[in-house]
Amino acid sequence: MSESLLEIEHLCKAFGALVATDGVTLAIRKGETHALIGPNGAGKTTLVGQLTGELRPDAGRIIFDGRDITELSTARRARLGLARSFQITSIFDSFTAEGNVALAVQATERHSFRFWKPAERIARLRQPARQLIADVGLSRLGNVIASKMSHGQHRQLELGMALATHPTMLLLDEPMAGLGIEESRAMSKLLASVKGQYTILLIEHDMDAVFSLADRITVLVGGRIVASGTADEIRNHPGVRVAYLGEEDDAGDVRANG
Amino acid sequence: MTLFGRRGALLFVLLAVAIALPPYCGTYYTRFATQIAIYGMAALSVDLLLGYSGLITFGQAALFGVGAYAAGMLTVYGLTDALLTWPLAILVSMLFALAIGALSLRTRGFQFIMVTLAFAQMVYYFAQSLRNWGGDDGFTLPQRDSLKFISLADHTTFYYVVLVLLVLVVLLANRIVKSEFGMVIRGIRDNERRAAAVGFPPYPYKLVIFVIAGGIAGLAGALMANHAKFVSPATMSWQLSGELLAMVILGSANSLIGPILGAAFFLAFRDVLSDFTEHWMLFFGPLLVARVLLVKDGIWGMLVRATGADDKLGEPKVDFPEALERAADSKPGAAK
Repeated sequence: MSESLLEIEHLCKAFGALVATDGVTLAIRKGETHALIGPNGAGKTTLVGQLTGELRPDAGRIIFDGRDITELSTARRARLGLARSFQITSIFDSFTAEGNVALAVQATERHSFRFWKPAERIARLRQPARQLIADVGLSRLGNVIASKMSHGQHRQLELGMALATHPTMLLLDEPMAGLGIEESRAMSKLLASVKGQYTILLIEHDMDAVFSLADRITVLVGGRIVASGTADEIRNHPGVRVAYLGEEDDAGDVRANG
Repeated sequence: MTLFGRRGALLFVLLAVAIALPPYCGTYYTRFATQIAIYGMAALSVDLLLGYSGLITFGQAALFGVGAYAAGMLTVYGLTDALLTWPLAILVSMLFALAIGALSLRTRGFQFIMVTLAFAQMVYYFAQSLRNWGGDDGFTLPQRDSLKFISLADHTTFYYVVLVLLVLVVLLANRIVKSEFGMVIRGIRDNERRAAAVGFPPYPYKLVIFVIAGGIAGLAGALMANHAKFVSPATMSWQLSGELLAMVILGSANSLIGPILGAAFFLAFRDVLSDFTEHWMLFFGPLLVARVLLVKDGIWGMLVRATGADDKLGEPKVDFPEALERAADSKPGAAK
């Protein structure tokens, strides 16, 4: 078994009487694409919140790249190489598409307390930004103000911003949310193209995408992990079929094409 | 890009008017124009926070007042070299901004507004309690500071000195908001959560822009002390904080020039109306509401659109529908 990049140990988080994360232990291996699935209310978003540092866990530890990051701020985690995309589009609205990515590139520098040189004329920010914009398929929209772009383009842009921070790990929170069939397929292709270059934790409802992209899948129900394994293991896991996929579904509905 | 083209021409005309006017308009209006330039500078400092950082401060008058008190006190003590007292006044204001910002920036949104107001009131009552400095009545300055070989006693000369400083502040602020630092604070304004997610800790960046804005307000305050040769707690009243916000909103937030035009409009409006009635706010209030409800941005935005200088500062213009159409056939993944 290869080395893990992200280890979640006995993580717990409750909101009042509601236990959203109930003793989750999970290891994500270096280089793998690991999908986290589960029905609505399973606690996926809460788990992501704790991984990114927006929520503090009640108990447990998060180890990233051999380092305990449980107490670190969101910004510190990002600087260590843990990049994320948001379930609900989260971009810098008044910036151009390229400006969005350039700012993410800028975030990799030690600090940004430089007050004199216009950021738009700094090649070491703009060039990688231009390249990334092309990589995520937005090359012709580089100069468009982000708020005027479509939802699908926002999702592409978010991925570009995540890649811009030189991450070792991508935390993709429903990158297909709200996309049409065509757009989903395109995003799926895009993700397939970066798969292997990064360790990816993919939270996604689109089962086509999950089963085609993921090396391993973990199923979260009611804040607990009910199963973790390869696509085939998950597809045939009786507990998963009951809890999540629904018994009446036949395996054909969750076809894997990868 | 901004120095040329229509926007540049518009700025040039405004500056030309500001330079050419005083010799023709007599002492009263020269003093009035000086006042506009000073409040314009203070409003610009509010714009750096409101328009560029998304921080609605209701306490900028305190920093303005601290600058005024610092400059005034130093002058009374006999330190009348402007090259010494004004930078010191700026420094003191920045220190106050550092203390106030360090605490208030831990809050957000509505709380931030109230906390800045609370700190401003603390500073206000502290100034009021300075018995040796006139308490509520304030104190007068024996003279204006002097600037090497230039005597500032003459109103026209003083006006030009203020105008030069205002232009320098605009250029400096323009540089800052376009710098890498400026991009970070604008990013935090647009989406603080996203800024943190890409790796910018919001707090230190917000604190630095708060201190910079405090320094600019402090300089404006020092100039005001010299202009009026008088300082009182009224220079740091919460009403002034509100008026500065009104100037920014009237003139166009997020533009640097707008707040100066807003100050001009606000002060002119008050000057004219208060001749007729002391309840001039009764007329000004509805005007401000109308501005917010009816016009997308303020005076500067309208001017820019009216003259067709409508390319966003520094941002390349994009023919939008066409760009979208072209994008339709650039699908994700196609590039790899």
